[in-house]
Amino acid sequence: MRLTVNGSEHELDLDPRTTLLDALREHLGLTGAKKGCDHGQCGACTVLLDGRRVNSCLILAIAQQDARVTTIEGLGGHPVQRGFLEHDGFQCGYCTPGQICSAVGMLGEVERGWPSATGDDDPLSDAEIRERMSGNLCRCGAYPNMVPAIREAAGR
Amino acid sequence: MKTFSYRTATGPADGLEPGAVFLAGGTNLVDLMKLGVATPDALVDVTRLPLGEITDLPGGGLRIGAAVRNSDLAADPRARQAFPLLSQALLAGASGQLRNMATTGGNLLQRTRCRYFMDATKPCNKHTPGSGCPARDGDHRNLAILGGSEACIATHPSDMAVALAALDAIVHVDGPAGPRTIPVTGLHRLPGDRPDRDTVLEHGELITAVDVPALPSATRSAYRKARDRASYAFAVGSVAAALAVTDDGLVSEVRLAWGAVAPRPWRAWRAEERLRGRPATAAEFRAAADAELAAAEPGRDNAYKMELLPRMTTALLERLADREGR
Amino acid sequence: MTAATRAIGAPLARLEGPEKVSGTAKYAAEYRQENMAYGWVVPSPVPHGRLRAVLADPSADAIAVLWHGNAPELAAADDPELAVLQSDRISYRGQPVALVVAGTLEAARRAAQVLQLDIETLPHEAVLRTDHPEVYTPDTVNPGFPAESSAGDVDRALAEAPVTVDVTYTTPALHNNPMEPHATIARWDGDDLTVYDSNQHPSGVAATLATVFGVDRVHVVTEHVGGGFGSKGTARPNAVLAALAARVTGRPVQVALPRQAMFSLVGHRTPTIQRIRLGADTDGVLTAIEHQAWSQTSRLYEFAEQTAVTTRHMYAAPHRRTGHRLLRLDMPTPRWMRAPGEAPGMVGLECALDELAEQLSLDPVELRIRNEPHTEPETGTPFTSRHYVDCLRAGADRFGWWGRDPRPRQQRDGDWWIGTGMAGATYPAMAQPSTARVRDLADGGFEVAIGATDLGTGARTILSQIAADALGVPTGRIRIRIGDSTLPQASVAGGSSGSASWGWAVTEACRELRRTGGAEAVFDTTDLIAKQEKEGRHAFGAHFAEVRVDAVTGEIRVSRLFGMYAAGRILNARTARSQFLGGMIMGMGMALHEEGVLDPALGEWINHDLAEYHIPAHADVESIDAAWLDEHDDQLNPMGSKGIGEIGIVGSPAAILNAVWHATGVRVRDLPARLDKILPHLPT
Repeated sequence: MRLTVNGSEHELDLDPRTTLLDALREHLGLTGAKKGCDHGQCGACTVLLDGRRVNSCLILAIAQQDARVTTIEGLGGHPVQRGFLEHDGFQCGYCTPGQICSAVGMLGEVERGWPSATGDDDPLSDAEIRERMSGNLCRCGAYPNMVPAIREAAGR
Repeated sequence: MKTFSYRTATGPADGLEPGAVFLAGGTNLVDLMKLGVATPDALVDVTRLPLGEITDLPGGGLRIGAAVRNSDLAADPRARQAFPLLSQALLAGASGQLRNMATTGGNLLQRTRCRYFMDATKPCNKHTPGSGCPARDGDHRNLAILGGSEACIATHPSDMAVALAALDAIVHVDGPAGPRTIPVTGLHRLPGDRPDRDTVLEHGELITAVDVPALPSATRSAYRKARDRASYAFAVGSVAAALAVTDDGLVSEVRLAWGAVAPRPWRAWRAEERLRGRPATAAEFRAAADAELAAAEPGRDNAYKMELLPRMTTALLERLADREGR
Repeated sequence: MTAATRAIGAPLARLEGPEKVSGTAKYAAEYRQENMAYGWVVPSPVPHGRLRAVLADPSADAIAVLWHGNAPELAAADDPELAVLQSDRISYRGQPVALVVAGTLEAARRAAQVLQLDIETLPHEAVLRTDHPEVYTPDTVNPGFPAESSAGDVDRALAEAPVTVDVTYTTPALHNNPMEPHATIARWDGDDLTVYDSNQHPSGVAATLATVFGVDRVHVVTEHVGGGFGSKGTARPNAVLAALAARVTGRPVQVALPRQAMFSLVGHRTPTIQRIRLGADTDGVLTAIEHQAWSQTSRLYEFAEQTAVTTRHMYAAPHRRTGHRLLRLDMPTPRWMRAPGEAPGMVGLECALDELAEQLSLDPVELRIRNEPHTEPETGTPFTSRHYVDCLRAGADRFGWWGRDPRPRQQRDGDWWIGTGMAGATYPAMAQPSTARVRDLADGGFEVAIGATDLGTGARTILSQIAADALGVPTGRIRIRIGDSTLPQASVAGGSSGSASWGWAVTEACRELRRTGGAEAVFDTTDLIAKQEKEGRHAFGAHFAEVRVDAVTGEIRVSRLFGMYAAGRILNARTARSQFLGGMIMGMGMALHEEGVLDPALGEWINHDLAEYHIPAHADVESIDAAWLDEHDDQLNPMGSKGIGEIGIVGSPAAILNAVWHATGVRVRDLPARLDKILPHLPT
């Protein structure tokens, strides 16, 4: 089985049941993507698949041999990462890689003009950011600090 | 998760070997496989089939390929323009990540979120026929008040399907016996004594597209969802509505569908029938919604839906009837 | 010391921040081991019974199936739940009855799913109620308070009071749900046990595992912890199971709990039933306060939540009584969850006070001010510092409270009813014995070592600030080592006592180093802390909330939430604010979202995942802020700090519920306040 992660191609011999998340964490040593619920209910496992944010825990690795996977380890000093540092956008840090990957994917969606359920004129209003980021839970409650981190990363 | 074999489909009419299922976005299937609720012997990956386009239909409708991702459909300018309720329903569901994965066909075929169904160690007539249904005496706060049976009161969890039901969408399927079409309102079965069968699809039949015919001109539409937290939560009640009102204030066209109240997206035919030609007023809207609920069988903890749905329906129709378009 | 406050209080960024935002911070399950196997817990499918046998599917790819029939014998720990796989007795649904070990995660999970259990099912009881014949009064409630207290004649005072409130509030089971599930990787090298474990107390976990396995050398590594909120305060079954399986298989074993298992296996906040009776004169001066609380515990272990203890400290009244009753059920053992006792107890007390204010037509802030005690209401012990009234006033100013129309259901904005509410907050200021070591690295730097943990609190960062000031050097010259049981023994990261306990030890060690001028100093605070008075030490605060309630659906949104605190010296303005906000947000969850939904017939909380057990999402958190008074208290510890990790969840739920009443006229007395409880009372 072949997986392309952060620009590197890997040949792996995996059980077909292996999810993309477990392939990253248990077989490639890329533990930045986190397992918070393993069922698409928390967003901690968020990675970018061909540039789109997805829950890697619900994706079978075997079905993604042609895809480009980007994990937190492959972001390399993205403005969202700097924003999280600047605004204390995390506490325990466990949801953080997922939040950051999700924010990076989300900013791309905004650039493509995708709407959200909020429907504000400004797609990066605080309410819009909160709605668009709602697929990433944070039990520490660091949400209020993530909003300015993400907004500023978008150049606002 | 049980072991399975994996192959990619070569065509929509490929069919399935016994014990096999189609894999598309996987957001529901992989979840249920991990829980041991779904135990397929083989997965046939249909994501490489050419089913990912949205195309125009004559007369202003749209054909949505079954593999179109929920996020792409929600963002499609034609869909947003012609069917605001569809885009709104999609955006009200799940999360940005899940919408990027989930497909149109898979969304329609997602299974109930009933907490007994989602746990293979519990009795449930849907996952283990004959094992019983603990929901009637147990937790049913978000289960069906309409269309349920002694054996099952599961609700269908989709937002998108509710909008499609209101839109008279047509589901295209293909399979070993050839292609056929099914109105989306007829896709999902009511449980009766076979709650394990969610839909009328035969084994090996694959949804290939969904046709959404244009709404009559001057029809306005919207989707409203109530839930237990502000986002990333299944509906506890939702309403998809389309409405046209004549110059003298009478309902000329109305489409109503409800979510989180029944084993399928619930088209409120009875309410619609009652409303056509009637004054577009709150009192009429409420009476129509109440009429739809005449057949409802609420339980101990879900009777609030008997009030929630009429209120939401009335408010939404009032908004659509308001020509100032506030 | 001129340098005493240079670093403390500064908004220093978290030291481990770069690792956390780049994905390189390592959590327990992320220490790869050669030849590692995976353990998967098989939970009991019944709440009460006896496991006669297990039948493994031979086709399942398991290395070992451990159960009480073949598991090695373990020594007893203080916590009977750690006696895993030692008996045929099943005491709750979800209790581990077997552990399947396999070479891959996929194989382990499947083998666990198909393992057949031969169980004799016994009758069970799962519902907490006050009239159960087996309800009893425990000897003490956590962490050692008398179960009952009484002064004056409450019944007479209530009978004579012109204004009374007699209300019952209930709170459901709540589940800590840190984002990182409990996880352990265990490895044996001879009789040396190394565990990478997610916990709040590496020193304690090491001691427990040493006892259980009868070995001397246990090394617990806990560099980063993905939250705990009390549920990782002691060794949990995952740690014992991983070590057990590693012992049996001779391979390193990872046991990472699935989210679903966390609802039964790692503790939860007990459901509570609280009856509060208040008597007041017509000026709103309390004459009587009574708070009776019922909660549950398991068959395995007595855990007595101190629900009514806070009421002993909050308000003056000559006649007063508190009490606790327990019921043992065939349910998982409750444990600590952020502000155990205070969080549920202050729902009852502070909502009841709001009901009293309503009856008196008195402003709820003013009502509280009129009942401010000068000393501990039960004992007369002076407070080391108490600025509750200042928090109430300053908070009300900042929130824009004054001039509010006290009548409910008066303010409407489009489809929304608007309301505001407030409630008090408090949390005890505690410290526990710890030992710290400081070394002069002779290159200008200093290494500060203590077996503490940072579960997102900012402990690592704060300790560097404390050490910098104690040594009179910039924080950049401090190297902090925590998260390892081989470091000097530290107390648990719990009870909002971490910074006080560890900071105290660090300060003294640093002072000793300066005094002696040596290369190393070690200081143990046990004797200093033993000499301390325990009474009269609390942080205080006030929470203010504005809610919008959808007039159509009854959906509730918190549009504004503000917390004003007096919590001693704030050690790091940046991480402190984050912690306050985090507590308040969890309080929002408690008020509006969170509930372990019990199926009595199955004996289980059946919404055991994050799709169905709702914690607040991004979109739920709108305008929220926290601020604090500059409070000086030199009787607590060398830093003058009080704990801040928990006070945010104390009272914030009540403030929100009181705002819901103000918006709608509906008193929700059974948490959480969801639309179905509001809807029947809203006008059409």
